[in-house]
Amino acid sequence: MKKILFIEDESALQQTFGDVLKQEGYQMIGALDGEVGLKLAKSGKPDLILLDLILPKIDGFEVLKKIKADPETKDIPVIVLTNLEESEDVQRAIDLGAKNYLVKANYSLREVVEKIKKALQ
Amino acid sequence: MKVKNILKRLDIISQCQEYKLPLWQCPQFFFLIMGIITIGMIISGYVFFTKKIDDPLLVARIVVGLGVVLLIINVVVSRSFGRVAEANQMKSEFIRIVSHQLRSPLSNIRWSVEFLTSGKLDKDKASQQKHFKILEENIDRMQELISKLLTVSRIEAGTLAPEVEAFSLNEVTQDLISKFKPLTEAFNVEVLLKVLPNLPKALGDPSQIKVVVENLLDNAIRYTQRSQPHSEIYLGRGKTVEKGKVEIIISQRGNQLYFEIKDNGVGIPKDCQKYIFQKFFRGKTASKQQTLGSGLGLYISKSIIEKSGGKMGFKSRLGEGSTFWFTLPTK
Repeated sequence: MKKILFIEDESALQQTFGDVLKQEGYQMIGALDGEVGLKLAKSGKPDLILLDLILPKIDGFEVLKKIKADPETKDIPVIVLTNLEESEDVQRAIDLGAKNYLVKANYSLREVVEKIKKALQ
Repeated sequence: MKVKNILKRLDIISQCQEYKLPLWQCPQFFFLIMGIITIGMIISGYVFFTKKIDDPLLVARIVVGLGVVLLIINVVVSRSFGRVAEANQMKSEFIRIVSHQLRSPLSNIRWSVEFLTSGKLDKDKASQQKHFKILEENIDRMQELISKLLTVSRIEAGTLAPEVEAFSLNEVTQDLISKFKPLTEAFNVEVLLKVLPNLPKALGDPSQIKVVVENLLDNAIRYTQRSQPHSEIYLGRGKTVEKGKVEIIISQRGNQLYFEIKDNGVGIPKDCQKYIFQKFFRGKTASKQQTLGSGLGLYISKSIIEKSGGKMGFKSRLGEGSTFWFTLPTK
């Protein structure tokens, strides 16, 4: 079973994705802040990371930078899932090594799940 | 540390990057250019006046005078430039944050509705309830943010008129502490209320003052140093966090009621303190601790208190918590 780490401070989304991904046959582990997210990226050995950008403690950009700088985690694909849509934020995340950048408001749940499936293939 | 600070101030390029402005519009760069122009003018002034005036003392006085005037102009213009740049930076940060804050509950609602209507939860009543609860919470969040934005526009239009009556500040506070119980439990915070005996009633609009106390209490709870709501839910960890403490004291100073709320939270960095009552401002430690704030609560609170004939202020040290206070006229 593929494992997905979801770093997101909105507990509502943690619950929704927890349920949706379970139905799709994935295992999800959740972190509500950047610090716990980084720890779980290392210890949880996820196959994919879904990352929000505005996070408590360590923001998403910093988390992404650290994930990509660590040889143990640098190959895990990261999909950024956020409501920031300024082009400079998008560019910064892509430059830091994000595989995909999804603005929450522009995608349905089904579309996000499709992107996750595709990234895991 | 001091040398480090000086070096930091000399690094014009990274300071300009913080303002997100092109180099030629950046106040630090402008100060440097003005400095070079000032030195150039002083040297050419010296050359010019030594040719025209024989008295070296008079030349020195003119050159020094010219230098002082140019320096003053330089400082004043650069400071104004700095303020414009800061305001500009805060405005773009505001658009970034507010659009994020408005959209977040909307995407939560949208995705929960999509999940509920997908038919996948038809047999799972418990999950359905969970998603209805998410809808309810996020609709409340949207409503709260919209009502804050409307209050701000009323404050700015001067139409937020208080309906003044005598009321018990103690009762308003106690009701709110009870209302906040689920939040204090989630954040593992203890709230203590100390009311001095024989206090007179406050004069003001109780519904507006309730908003002020609500904002202050909400901030004190959310920004408690060790608060980590729900982190154990998803991590399967036991509660290891220490309890945060919020203390409220209501007393009398002269003919005014004095309300004070003290927390042992993250505190406010010194460089953020001057902006704390500005609308849409969120301190660096605040954003690190809590990502949901709108940066409107304190602006609204201070406006309400001043409109009610009171004053509002705070003291805070980074890492040592904050104390916010306000006064209100009494009956």
